Amino acid sequence: MTLQDKVALVTGGSRGIGRAICTRLAAMGALVGINYVSNPTAAQETLDLLEAQGGRGFLCPFNVSDFAATQTAVKSIISDHGRLDVLVNNAGITRDGLMAMMKEPHWDDVLDTNLKGAFSCSKAAMRSMLKKRWGRIINISSVIGFVGNGGQVNYGAAKAGLVGLTKSMARELAGRNVTVNCVAPGYIVTDMTEELAEDVQQAIKAQVPLNRLGSAEDVAAAVAFLASADAEYITGQTLHVNGGMYMGN
Amino acid sequence: MAVEAKMIDIIVEQLSVDKEKVVPAASFVDDLGADSLDLVELIMAMEEEFDVEIPDEEAEKITTVQNAIDFVAKIQE
Ligand SMILES: NC(=O)c1ccc[n+]([C@@H]2O[C@H](COP(=O)([O-])OP(=O)(O)OC[C@H]3O[C@@H](n4cnc5c(N)ncnc54)[C@H](OP(=O)(O)O)[C@@H]3O)[C@@H](O)[C@H]2O)c1
Repeated sequence: MTLQDKVALVTGGSRGIGRAICTRLAAMGALVGINYVSNPTAAQETLDLLEAQGGRGFLCPFNVSDFAATQTAVKSIISDHGRLDVLVNNAGITRDGLMAMMKEPHWDDVLDTNLKGAFSCSKAAMRSMLKKRWGRIINISSVIGFVGNGGQVNYGAAKAGLVGLTKSMARELAGRNVTVNCVAPGYIVTDMTEELAEDVQQAIKAQVPLNRLGSAEDVAAAVAFLASADAEYITGQTLHVNGGMYMGN
Repeated sequence: MAVEAKMIDIIVEQLSVDKEKVVPAASFVDDLGADSLDLVELIMAMEEEFDVEIPDEEAEKITTVQNAIDFVAKIQE
């Protein structure tokens, strides 16, 4: 599985799952753009990490929920590096709360970052992919988009929305050899889940046949496969990385 | 090279059609067999060749060879 001479962009690459995806794609030979919005120190750590293992990357801060900013930033990546072959829409946030109490901005923030962000980045990135007749777009959804979760109507809607976005984009771009797929992680150990109380974590484990939380590397491995040449006949699909906690489709 | 000649070259290249067919009145979809993604790519190629930015609203109006030539001529004025 090689991505030699390819350029990749991972949104939200500074921490957590995004960081693991960056290091994995870099290990496959891609030049990796590490996007972030608020945490330059973490993004630099990701860059140091992938360079330490012999990879190549660059930092590209922009807010995925800002349409104009994404268009400008992605265009400049394409003009600086001559191409953009792999886009991983990974940036995501949570703003949990029961629906009865949920404020409108919490709905908007989550939809704008998690769903619209993927639309905006893909729209700009596909230009280069169409031209090269090769591309991989991988959207990071979530098991919550499939099973739902009290307190996450906004997040669940955004993550299920990504699946619909993926399928329609996959149809639009298939004629140009650009595949679009989702990876839907279950519960993965990152900053996002470390906020959860210990007893909640135990309760989660009890629902997972493989009996552990996932690692960011587990998710990165699935992304790496979908980005590789081996996955060229797979499009519009969701690959679930959840230890078996949800087995539907 | 004038806009017109350059434009015809781009269209021939992008849509893989014979030069004779690329007449001003030709419609990209009806006469030159372009699908919607071909149109997107054609617009992208025009942006690159003429170093212009073509907003999506304008791009939608470019349906014939003449439209495309006029648009670029206007924007370059
Ligand atoms: N952790 C899980 O259990 C789990 C499960 C299923 C799905 N997921 C999904 O996996 C993805 C990554 O999750 P994670 O747990 O790794 O999250 P995380 O540790 O909280 O990291 C979030 C990343 O997204 C970036 N980000 C947030 N808002 C952004 C914006 N507006 N523009 C650009 N970047 C932005 C952050 O950048 P800064 O560092 O600059 O803040 C950070 O790099 C998310 O889409 C999440 O929904 C996670």
